[in-house]
Amino acid sequence: MKIDRLLWTGASLLFFAALIWFWQFVSDNRWVSPVFLPGPDRAWNAMMRGLQTGDLGLRWIATIERMIYGWLLASLAGIFLGAVIGSSEMARAYIGPSLELMRPLPASAVVPLAIALLGLSESMVLGVIAFGALWPMLLATVHGFSAVEPRLYEVSRALGLSRSAVIFKISLPSSMPDILAGMRLSLTVALILAVVGEMLASREGLGSHIMLAARAFRSADLFAGVILLGVTGLVSALLLGWFESWMLRWRESR
Amino acid sequence: MNALLRIDPRGLVLPVGLLVLAEVFARATNLQSDALAPPSDIFVSGIAALADGSMLYATWQTLANAGFGLAIGFSIGMALGILMGLFAPLNRLLEVTVEVLRPIPSVALIPIALLVYGFGHRLEFSIVAFATMWPALILTRSAIAGIEPRLIEVSRALQLSLSARIFKIVIPAALPRIFVALRLGVGISLIVAVTVEVTTNPMGVGYKMMEASQALRPGLALAYLVWVGILGWAVNGLMLLIQKHLFGPAANIEARL
Repeated sequence: MKIDRLLWTGASLLFFAALIWFWQFVSDNRWVSPVFLPGPDRAWNAMMRGLQTGDLGLRWIATIERMIYGWLLASLAGIFLGAVIGSSEMARAYIGPSLELMRPLPASAVVPLAIALLGLSESMVLGVIAFGALWPMLLATVHGFSAVEPRLYEVSRALGLSRSAVIFKISLPSSMPDILAGMRLSLTVALILAVVGEMLASREGLGSHIMLAARAFRSADLFAGVILLGVTGLVSALLLGWFESWMLRWRESR
Repeated sequence: MNALLRIDPRGLVLPVGLLVLAEVFARATNLQSDALAPPSDIFVSGIAALADGSMLYATWQTLANAGFGLAIGFSIGMALGILMGLFAPLNRLLEVTVEVLRPIPSVALIPIALLVYGFGHRLEFSIVAFATMWPALILTRSAIAGIEPRLIEVSRALQLSLSARIFKIVIPAALPRIFVALRLGVGISLIVAVTVEVTTNPMGVGYKMMEASQALRPGLALAYLVWVGILGWAVNGLMLLIQKHLFGPAANIEARL
């Protein structure tokens, strides 16, 4: 069974390699103009050159930093606010409908307002990332807190626990699956908004890098940037996935 | 239907209170700002833009772009999802490709699409299609995996052809969950369309908002912001209503990506 699984993963990797080979083939034969589509070799060379001279690497790090700071800010605020709102029936009744109203609003729609308020600055980009990444976190936490098994609360009342003890010992652990799912969604949103913010505010980062490369018709640099963004998305999702299964390891043993 | 229309008055306190507070604050300080405007000003600008048709035209552009892109992306995603759900070898073969391509942020493709298509509808179609394809694929695949296995056995026993199996058994059985995926896709398509318009494409509500903001007309820019919010909310509500009407409790499943 295990060998079977390994073989399939190998076949799957081979298929992906074949796709890349096909991409090389297409560009070698100029089926698509190299202005639009550089071969994987040229994209790879552009990436290596950029990373070695340091420019691309610095931009990559700048984007990752923005994404993580905005995401952490949103996560902390989201869990805190979500815990306050979710743990009180009254707060849910008063604030809940407003949150539902805000939920479908595209986060990028607040960019013009953010630019008008904060200018084309670093705090504008961070603010937009944090604002956009806040909603999935907040709603997931509220949902997690309001879906806690009511008998657990009865137990906590019988034990005479304080409100903070209830939050830290009962509500927070039992809404952890929802919170982690929200964090994963938030991270995706944070990466997207980091790119959007960099594109619009021309802050040093991969977003502005790919935009400038496209304007100058440097397609190899453009693809190098897009590949790095894809790698960022992939690696961050994998890391968070591992973190999630580690945090929720008690679930399997149930 | 009734549940959607019934409104808890306590939920209104916060938004109405904030609106009144913003209005009072703006009047009291005699607000002169390039970024903010009193709610009454936003309302007047919004009504004016609605009346002269410019807002409705921009809305039409955005919705058309989002809808067409969704149609392309969702069809491709759903077709792949059905095939991958039905044929386990194909699913395993494509696993790495899907997992590697899916996390690419859709906005990262904007410059590529800009190079290929230039400004215009096709730029937006392609980005929306890419963004909506993956949830359609993943959710359709899991919808098919969730079909009662005995239905598949029946189709084998009846010796149905592949197309009969797909159209008579698989799609009807997976339809409620596929519709949930579509609802999600509609929301994503609108978000992505507005994002493309805000960043690059000179059309639709996103661009109008950017334009108003740069022309230092905060009332109009904020009116567009509110309008985008109403649009997202209305589209989502409409999809929920259709889902409830078509599938009832059959669609009461959490769609998780």
